[in-house]
Amino acid sequence: MADQDLRDTDRPLLVAKSLSKSYGRIAACRDVSFSLYPGEVLAIVGESGSGKSTLLQLLSGQLAASGGHVSYRMRDGVTRDLATLGEAERRFLFRTDWGFVHQDPAQGLRMAVSAGANVGERLMAVGWNHYGRIRDTASDWLGRVEIDIARIDDAPRTYSGGMRQRLQIARNLVTEPRLVFMDEPTGGLDVSVQARLLDLLRGLVAELHLAVIIVTHDLVVARLLSHRVMVMKDGRVIETGLTDQVLDDPREPYTQLLVSSILPP
Amino acid sequence: MNAPAYNFAYLDEQTKRMIRRAILKAIAIPGYQVPFASREMPMPYGWGTGGVQVTAAILGPQDVLKVIDQGSDDTTNAISIRKFFAKTAGVATTTSTEEASVIQTRHRIPEAALHANQVLVYQVPIPEPLRFLEPRETETRRMHALAEYGLMHVKLYEDIARFGHIATAYAYPVKVNARYVMDPSPTPKFDNPKMDNCPALQLFGAGREKRIYAIPPYTQVVSLDFEDHPFEPYRFNAPCALCGAENSYLDEIVTDDKGSRMFVCSDSDFCEGRQAEGHHGALSAAPYKDKAQGEAQGKDNG
Repeated sequence: MADQDLRDTDRPLLVAKSLSKSYGRIAACRDVSFSLYPGEVLAIVGESGSGKSTLLQLLSGQLAASGGHVSYRMRDGVTRDLATLGEAERRFLFRTDWGFVHQDPAQGLRMAVSAGANVGERLMAVGWNHYGRIRDTASDWLGRVEIDIARIDDAPRTYSGGMRQRLQIARNLVTEPRLVFMDEPTGGLDVSVQARLLDLLRGLVAELHLAVIIVTHDLVVARLLSHRVMVMKDGRVIETGLTDQVLDDPREPYTQLLVSSILPP
Repeated sequence: MNAPAYNFAYLDEQTKRMIRRAILKAIAIPGYQVPFASREMPMPYGWGTGGVQVTAAILGPQDVLKVIDQGSDDTTNAISIRKFFAKTAGVATTTSTEEASVIQTRHRIPEAALHANQVLVYQVPIPEPLRFLEPRETETRRMHALAEYGLMHVKLYEDIARFGHIATAYAYPVKVNARYVMDPSPTPKFDNPKMDNCPALQLFGAGREKRIYAIPPYTQVVSLDFEDHPFEPYRFNAPCALCGAENSYLDEIVTDDKGSRMFVCSDSDFCEGRQAEGHHGALSAAPYKDKAQGEAQGKDNG
């Protein structure tokens, strides 16, 4: 087969085909299609209510689509339709090969258990049964996201917002996923903390060769992190292309409006 | 007595059938929590309403009932439940573990080895082992269904991170029949090994939470642990002050406000049995009793 001649990185990791979702008469997402390749960062931008978050939930299998489908190339190389996965398989995928970074860290973390256990949870969920090794891996990851190792036994509710977000990232990356979904990861953080977080993310994405789908309303985030941008409005993708191309030379009037609404530095 | 005013063992026959169906299902799926339509009982929640309903459902006229509370036959809870069934079912009661056919227990497993044809009924306050880790019931049920038990190890991890060892001393989670993770009710972890491959049937009733679960006879029960922090039963490092037993689970009794304490078997039947056989601990009253008896006999002769 010609397919096998292609190198691993030349085959798409995730393919969405004419995805749509409607809530009664309201269409939250209409006819979205794209392919995502390994190591690629795709930003989905648009204003509130444009269907970004719905799309992210459809892509990550948390919502059932009204139409279209999403397929994902599993670690064994077989591409499967997410809708045909059993619940156990989907949840397993979610805690091994995928990550999901929420805007509100409280949603993605266990606030009452220590940072070490938060990072170690995914490892324990896939059967790690050696305390020393779990703890070593957790400390290693805390180091990588620039959290002081001395705070490994503190609960995230004693952490600042930026630290919580970094902890959430460590928790997601510990099983070395190939695809990470991010929903406004820098929302609610002040500008200097945002900058540091973006810097960290950019480093990790490159180092781990992660594919990322990042939903954001902040074009600066898209500019800094993503290779490609999809602009959404009223549930439709109105413009898509390379980040620099879309942001420097927007074609659609709405995208032009978005870009021009950023204050000049 | 007003026994005739009640049905045998207090509950009506339809209710008992409903509970028996739940028990049968629980036995068929070891460790799985079966919902049941728990009834109001003439006692407050937390006093063993679940255990009492299970006992009522399985009790027959020929049964001999023993009730223990923290191992003891003579605490308020144990005495009232024993009297309750003596009154409403007219069954024989005993304090002897050996003679009993049904043993209702709160927070202990008797020291004497249980045998086949015995049923141990546990009173359970919170049946869900994942409760304090995952507050959503829908989510915990799904986790049980998919056997996703990584979270249980998070709890043990937390213990080690905080205390240097697994500090959970009671309600220590177990895996039943290599499938369901189960809360063994707040028994001390000292008792966990007794659940494994036990010849007696073990039934668990949670009245407020409306759940019944079971460990059939001779079922594998494994306490969860880490490779580098294996499960260890805990026991105070002392002999029983009354019977001198070195291998029983002990209660710590504070005897004054200056820091004195004594350690006594929590299983009163076991302790009394040993004392009757002539075993004595450091604080046993037996020598004084013997002496007093001897003096009394001396007077009679003189």
